[in-house]
Amino acid sequence: MPELTRRRALGAAAGAAAALAVAGTAAAAAARKEHTAADPASFDEVYKGRRIQGTPSHGGGHHGGHGGGYSVHIDGEELHVMRNADGTWISVVNHYEPFATPRAVARAAVAELQGADLVPLVTV
Amino acid sequence: MTVRKNQAQLTSTEKRRFVDALLELKRTGQYDTFVTTHNAFIMSDTDSGDRVGHRSPSFLPWHRRFLIQFEQQLQAVDPDVALPYWDWTADRTAASSLWAADFLGGTGRSRDGQVMDGPFSAASGSWPVNVGVDGRTYLRRALGAGGRQLPTRAETDSVLAMSTYDAPPWNSASDGFRNHLEGWRGVNLHNRVHVWVGGQMATGVSPNDPVFWLHHAFIDRLWAQWQARHPGSPYLPAAGTPDVVDLRDTMRPWNDVTPADMLDHTRHYTYDAAA
Ligand SMILES: [Cu+2]
Ligand SMILES: [Cu+2]
Repeated sequence: MPELTRRRALGAAAGAAAALAVAGTAAAAAARKEHTAADPASFDEVYKGRRIQGTPSHGGGHHGGHGGGYSVHIDGEELHVMRNADGTWISVVNHYEPFATPRAVARAAVAELQGADLVPLVTV
Repeated sequence: MTVRKNQAQLTSTEKRRFVDALLELKRTGQYDTFVTTHNAFIMSDTDSGDRVGHRSPSFLPWHRRFLIQFEQQLQAVDPDVALPYWDWTADRTAASSLWAADFLGGTGRSRDGQVMDGPFSAASGSWPVNVGVDGRTYLRRALGAGGRQLPTRAETDSVLAMSTYDAPPWNSASDGFRNHLEGWRGVNLHNRVHVWVGGQMATGVSPNDPVFWLHHAFIDRLWAQWQARHPGSPYLPAAGTPDVVDLRDTMRPWNDVTPADMLDHTRHYTYDAAA
């Protein structure tokens, strides 16, 4: 129950930030930036037979060096995710299509993977 | 001089030579270095931090330089090859000759998305997907899956009509031509095409699918058309912008080329029809 409350609170904050951003003022931009720093709640579930987990993370664990504050795993392997300025999310397997939440992006990745394992990426 | 042609107008010989040059770059390992570079940028370009290849004003000059480098590699194999472009406002179905077995091959089979025909199918043995995000080493596609539609000519024209190149905050939240062309806002042109193709094209390792180059050659051509329509509209921002490539800042990974150097494509190639 406390988790639900927290999620609801974050949702309200994100909604308010979005409304302010539409106003387009400098204050709104600052407020939005502040709210974006707050991470969505953790999740842990089995989706289509695979364990998907998400949790706020502060530094470390990301192989892409993008500085994201949230990490997502599928069956224990990290899924590279990124948050857009408007609060939506993408992952390395759906990199051109934003989703509303990290859980939605994790579920989309499971669908896209069709049972395949994630592998650590080769980066330069 | 290199002339980039509409893929629909290529002769069978031109198609074969383009495909053969791609297969040769793949065989030597040069092809995969482009996939690795693209993925490294797509993962590190962020809205709130340093951004060069995507979600930023330099999306267009960065990809122009990236395509020039790739085209030069193709021409080192076969000097007569040029990158074709795919006008997805015109050739908008999986039945287009683009996807025929003598060119890029078709969509993937439903079971696992695997492309089963053409020179880049796993069965051909010539196109292993080595730089991937998952364990699957075969090229995948899902052309137009779920009833998705490619952008129309009218939608594309609505973006070409935007007279401002880019705008603060210079990222995926921006108004202006660049972000509408890239697709994070509005009718969504470039991003939507990646999603329409599906498979690796929808991922950070999208250059694994050779259609990547034809898609970006058309995006590049739209930039040239936009310039022709708005001769008084400059690349923005001009100077002094944190985390963003200004007009005369150098771009990674080359560090010796600026957006200003990339504004005139005719120094490097021309298109088959005037912009
Ligand atoms: Cu790209
Ligand atoms: Cu792209």
